[in-house]
Amino acid sequence: MAKAFQKIYTQITAITKATCSLKAEGVGNDELATVNGKLAQVVKIMGDDVTLQVFEGTEGIPTNAEVVFLGKAPSLKVSEQLAGRFFNAYGDPIDGGPAIEGQEVEIGGPSVNPVRRKQPSELIATGIAGIDLNNTLVSGQKIPFFADPDQPYNQVMANVALRAEADKIILGGMGLTNDDYLYFKNVFSNAGVLDRIVSFVNTTENPPVERLLIPDMALCAAEYFAVQKHEKVLVLLTDMTLYADALAIVSNRMDQIPSKDSMPGSLYSDLAKIYEKAVQFPEEAGGGSITIIAVTTLSGGDITHAIPDNTGYITEGQLYLRRDSDIGKVIVDPFRSLSRLKQLVAGKKTREDHPQVMNAAVRLYADAANAKTKQENGFDLTDYDERCLEFAKAYSTQILAIDVNINTTQMLDVSWTLFGKYFKPEEANIKQELVNKYWPK
Amino acid sequence: MTTGKVKGIISNLVTVVVDGPVSQNEICYITIGQTRLMAEVIKVIGDNVYVQVFESTRGLKVGNTVEFTGHMLEVTLGPGLLSRNYDGLQNDLDKLTGVFLQRGEYNFPLDQEKLWKFEPIAKVGDKVEAAAWLGEVDENYQPHKIMVPFVFEGTYTVKSIVAAGEYTINQAIAVLTDAEGVDHEVTMVQKWPVKKPVLAYKSKPRPFKLLETGVRTIDTANPICEGGTGFIPGPFGTGKTVLQHAISKQAEADIVIIAACGERANEVVETFTEFPELEDPHTGRKLMERTIIIANTSNMPVASREASVYTSMAIAEYYRSMGLRVLLMADSTSRWAQALREMSNRLEELPGQDAFPMDLSAIIGAFYARAGYVYLNNGATGSVTFLGTVSPAGGNLKEPVTEGTKKVARCFYALEQARADRKRYPAVNPIDSYSKYIEYPEFEEYITNLIDGEWLGKVNDMKTYLQRGKEIQEQINILGDDGVPVDYHEEFWKAEVIDFVVLQQDAFDKIDAVCPMERQQYILNLVMDICKHDYDFVDFNDVSTYFKRVINLCKQMNYAEFKSEAFNQYQQQLNDLLAEKQIKA
Repeated sequence: MAKAFQKIYTQITAITKATCSLKAEGVGNDELATVNGKLAQVVKIMGDDVTLQVFEGTEGIPTNAEVVFLGKAPSLKVSEQLAGRFFNAYGDPIDGGPAIEGQEVEIGGPSVNPVRRKQPSELIATGIAGIDLNNTLVSGQKIPFFADPDQPYNQVMANVALRAEADKIILGGMGLTNDDYLYFKNVFSNAGVLDRIVSFVNTTENPPVERLLIPDMALCAAEYFAVQKHEKVLVLLTDMTLYADALAIVSNRMDQIPSKDSMPGSLYSDLAKIYEKAVQFPEEAGGGSITIIAVTTLSGGDITHAIPDNTGYITEGQLYLRRDSDIGKVIVDPFRSLSRLKQLVAGKKTREDHPQVMNAAVRLYADAANAKTKQENGFDLTDYDERCLEFAKAYSTQILAIDVNINTTQMLDVSWTLFGKYFKPEEANIKQELVNKYWPK
Repeated sequence: MTTGKVKGIISNLVTVVVDGPVSQNEICYITIGQTRLMAEVIKVIGDNVYVQVFESTRGLKVGNTVEFTGHMLEVTLGPGLLSRNYDGLQNDLDKLTGVFLQRGEYNFPLDQEKLWKFEPIAKVGDKVEAAAWLGEVDENYQPHKIMVPFVFEGTYTVKSIVAAGEYTINQAIAVLTDAEGVDHEVTMVQKWPVKKPVLAYKSKPRPFKLLETGVRTIDTANPICEGGTGFIPGPFGTGKTVLQHAISKQAEADIVIIAACGERANEVVETFTEFPELEDPHTGRKLMERTIIIANTSNMPVASREASVYTSMAIAEYYRSMGLRVLLMADSTSRWAQALREMSNRLEELPGQDAFPMDLSAIIGAFYARAGYVYLNNGATGSVTFLGTVSPAGGNLKEPVTEGTKKVARCFYALEQARADRKRYPAVNPIDSYSKYIEYPEFEEYITNLIDGEWLGKVNDMKTYLQRGKEIQEQINILGDDGVPVDYHEEFWKAEVIDFVVLQQDAFDKIDAVCPMERQQYILNLVMDICKHDYDFVDFNDVSTYFKRVINLCKQMNYAEFKSEAFNQYQQQLNDLLAEKQIKA
């Protein structure tokens, strides 16, 4: 491992589960090192005492291990050769192919100057009405699925990725089960899009601390394609909860004081650094973009836990999946899901009636939920309640279900048909001029 | 000057061994290769000085040299601040080269070449003190006063002042003689340490003037005053940012300062994009002309996030000293508190609740105290109104930042998840929210002169209806629609009319987004008149069907231009509808 004239240290002074310390000089903060061949990174320097975080864990490291400092922070070689390849957390190929040749770039690089960004304004069509109609996605956006572990989030995400017409799709898999990893591989190769995919994968079989490198690796590759190649890049990060867990493990082993839910106090900044890489560049800068769709798994649907909570404050909305027992299908939950950027395209890039139709439908769907509660409590339903319930069922089947695949104009037309079938115009609370134009005659 | 060498590094907390005196909060620069990283002293033990670095410390080594500057973090004040986009350390973001922010790149925040048309105000022989007006330049149609620097202590005599003409900010415009007879040259630019409040004014009375925001749920229900303080806590997705943007666009202020503190970059980009296009509803000029943006988004360094709120406040106080009405909005103060927590954590201080520093609530209190309506020494008035958002962890209002803020802010706008879920925007809960200013006799007198003596009474009645409506709704939920008398349904629906027509407002509709006070008065009178009447109903179905039609017509009125033909037609339809069922008194 060591090159000629590189200094080798062999006296380790302290070892914990994730870190080891030694006396060394001339070491830079964040610098990489190898400890008996295992990759490690400098996390603390005090005088000549240097503490290293060992990504694979410190199992079996002896006190006389050979430590070599590599003089650089974690980096990735970037070039067109990345396309179609699978890598581990260190950016080494795991698909048996040759090493990548290209420019070496440090991962976790600087942030985009906010005045050099462009306001996102390009719609990403997914064909899923629960997303396109109610929670329209925009390129340059960052949005997670908040999902329970048993929900089909990876499938929905793969579908969205394939329909989104991105130039490159970059998959960052953290703690992915081997089955899910193979699922993604299969879906992408069956769709014939492997040449557009770059994957960085840490499976459940790999050490958890390695996961910390995955998002930065994926986004480093994304920045190469978006900045230098001016491409429209979609980054999929699954599962960010496992990433945050790895952060907690490291901070715990470094004796940091935990804040809410045993998470490090810097969780918000750590997550923001990743998600804020989502960007739309202006035409002058090539017009490329990075859109991030992530998964944050919840425990028992609890969104007040520090991980989903901090995520919600960072991302531009969140999508929830829910099984609708009335129609027996998985739907995109219209109440809790939100795309904060939808107003940048709804009614502007889509038909003028989009915002009002979307709001009216959700309001009526909420009335149906109230009616259902009344029904369950054994109260009589009014005629309006009955109509709301009928509407909700039709709306769930024809709009919210994730197997729907139609364009936005069709979604709007379907909604107007349903309004006309179940309601009077004054019950929909829509601007009169739109009612005049679109209400089914 | 004192110098030092790096001894230890943990993330952005660096230990430096120094060779001379340093002061708490002093600024220093750490040399790394060709660049210098700015840092601030936060703790001193013997020769070991702990500094928080405002940049990434990647590659920093033991032994790197450190130079101390002898001053605290300062803001540069002078004409040309308006319309600019700064980072938390007052670097002009537009002047930075490249797509990415490179560490160690700092610049001068003002234009040093531009000639300003200066008009003297002070005369030779005048006795002046800190913040006294020496002259005036026109900055984006605002009278920008050139003042005696805030750091000047005691009384000075104007020895000379330049004639009206064009000058750059660095040219001397006056010479002032102090009590000892020493002369001091004054230019148009001065510096001020951001963490110190500017106290160069005569007195700070209780705020009493309404600050119109055009948002009904604020102006009508819980008004904020010029120089007042308020905060908006809310779980994510409840519309904090949309509400803040609405206020910053519409509020009747001379200067608006937006501190984007640890929030999303795309939200700042929205402001960058929209403000140069949108018009100030009060003056008709472009919004950007009166706006300064301090953008320290969540991916920018944490330490400068902490600095950004102070930088914004110091600039706000500077404009207040010119006799202007300044509105300062910070989104979000929770991110600022988190920055404090991260540093406190690295310093291994004993933590308070949720690992926040023990003195969090004192820090918040001292910051809010810098807002206020003031009488300047020359008798003019100025104000800094401060509105902060709070992002409570898990939406739980019993957390340290919300509690610390609640003790000091006088207005509370509680955003509620349940309202947001039902798309009732702005999702401000009208019952939990409050404005302490309503109770001030000064404010009552002011509003009586502005509107009429019955206004506050009507607002109070409105809140009683809302409270009653909520109670009835709970009863209906328990007893069922036919388990309560028809009267109850009537009362419930009156509260719904208030909710839909007065409280809810469409921030994305061109007309409904801004509601001037005159129109708010009209709407409240209209709605309260509907509520005061009794109606003739057969059963509860009759009640809901009827009031839904009433609400629909009122909403169409809200969407129509005030007193336009369409508006009057809807009013006529509404009158006919009301006549159908109202029982004549």
